[in-house]
Amino acid sequence: MEDVGLLAAMPINEIVFFINKVVIAGLIIGSVYALAAVGMTLVSGILRFANFAHGDIMTLGAFVAFVLTMLMPGLGAMVGLPTAFVVMPLAMVVTAAVTIFLDKRFYAPLRTVGYKPITLVIASFGVMLMLQGVIRLFFGTAPRQMYVTAKDIYRVPFGGRDIIVTEPQLLLIVFTIVSVVALHLFLTRSRTGKAMRAMSDNADLARISGISTGHVVRTTWIIAGSLAAAAGTLLAMDVSLKPDLSFNLLLPIVAAMIVGGVGQPYGAISGGLLVGFTETLSVFNWAILLRPLKPHLPEWLEIPANLAFVPTEYKLVVPFFILVAVLIWRPHGIFKGRVL
Amino acid sequence: MSILSMRDIHAGYGGANILNGVSIDIEAHEIGVIIGPNGAGKSTTLKALFGLLTVSEGSVTFDGADITNDNPETLVRRGLSFVPQEFNVFPTLSVRENLEMGAYVRRDDFRPLIEKIFEYFPPLRDKHRQPAGELSGGQRQMVAIGRALMMEPKLLLLDEPTAGLSPRYMGEILERVIAINESGVGILMVEQNARQALAIAHKGFVLAGGRNSFTGTGQALLDNPEVAESFLGGGAH
Repeated sequence: MEDVGLLAAMPINEIVFFINKVVIAGLIIGSVYALAAVGMTLVSGILRFANFAHGDIMTLGAFVAFVLTMLMPGLGAMVGLPTAFVVMPLAMVVTAAVTIFLDKRFYAPLRTVGYKPITLVIASFGVMLMLQGVIRLFFGTAPRQMYVTAKDIYRVPFGGRDIIVTEPQLLLIVFTIVSVVALHLFLTRSRTGKAMRAMSDNADLARISGISTGHVVRTTWIIAGSLAAAAGTLLAMDVSLKPDLSFNLLLPIVAAMIVGGVGQPYGAISGGLLVGFTETLSVFNWAILLRPLKPHLPEWLEIPANLAFVPTEYKLVVPFFILVAVLIWRPHGIFKGRVL
Repeated sequence: MSILSMRDIHAGYGGANILNGVSIDIEAHEIGVIIGPNGAGKSTTLKALFGLLTVSEGSVTFDGADITNDNPETLVRRGLSFVPQEFNVFPTLSVRENLEMGAYVRRDDFRPLIEKIFEYFPPLRDKHRQPAGELSGGQRQMVAIGRALMMEPKLLLLDEPTAGLSPRYMGEILERVIAINESGVGILMVEQNARQALAIAHKGFVLAGGRNSFTGTGQALLDNPEVAESFLGGGAH
């Protein structure tokens, strides 16, 4: 049969290339989007506004981790992990404290006066610009490395070729899985977690039930801030640390949140992975997978050199397209969320 | 001594007052019913009482303490529970989680109480894992009342508990209200179905234009030709 011949001539090189460029890369960027979007969607569900400073909270968290790494560079070698990863929990705590401060100082006063959500959205733009300014003021604009030593690279042999995962990528994937499970248990088992879901469902009724809304709001910021700090740190470890590290990710993060349904943490996680994989699938050069099929294709069919749906430099249009498409056809997202 | 006493309450939503002098007295373990035409301030009275809008004049005393303008969290701890008319369940939370949220401020083991609420409202037992948003209107109302009972309140405030329900559920809910009252919980409720509500009330309050227009026992109000004429849809029995 024709198929058997095809299978025997499995183009291992191309398949491994596909796994590295699409599956691994999509999982990595999708995890970053998921970690960021889940915090943003929790804030949106409970405080009823999209916090556009969320991307720069990620950058801030990464810079906190960077400073801590520079202060104690030898820490990682002692436990056999990258220093930036070892100090990450501390960076998460510091970032969570900063988000609570930002809420107290900038968002809470607007909330108590009873301004509309759009006012808070605009205020979050102000906070975003302020954070960007503060980071540039202290650290300049040059890219920095989070690694004190060289990055470990893991090669998994696969039919003679290697699937390549770097240490920060592996840490990111493990951290994402652990935090998603932890968040799930928190939201479904703990008293405060259930109160968070209750307040997201119906804030007035939560108040009437005697739920301490201040406590719920603080917890929400702590989760959002610390997950953002982790996402920023792990992303900066994978690429490099720049002041615009995650501002450019804001659009895909918002897309992930809206695709998943605003206020739906599980939706944000799947939305993040969906946007991540769609991005890598769109910029992948499909000609590479088609070339080995050349003998089986008709003579007249020329395979162009580049068959990517979107050129890499225009990657940002992918989440934008997803966002527009979802807003037109499924404004509540795939997991029924609310419309902001 | 009355468990609740509202004296000459004036309140509104920022602009003009909606309540211009409402007074309500309820003894412990009584059922009080507030009736009156649309816009009379019935629901507003409950909201003002529960700290959901600011009382500008007058005072509210509950169980011997002044609770005027206290916030809901404090009131829940004092033994006052409120069931709003609409949006009174957490739709994505399961029935059991809805009940747990009613006991949010409790730190003791409240599982026996959940059992007790399943005894009041048997349909909830089978559906305890189902999201409350998927239940029928009548069952949602049971969840809402169940949630409010989780604090074992001294006084339960119900805002039109039978609104929008089929006659079957309407009767069932009112029957449950009587049973809850017989277990020692005071009730103050607003009702559109004035006749049925007054029939089970120890005390009735007729509001009009944001102030009391008649007050008396449920039976006395039902027998009052003026009340029947103006507020019970004519004197036809």
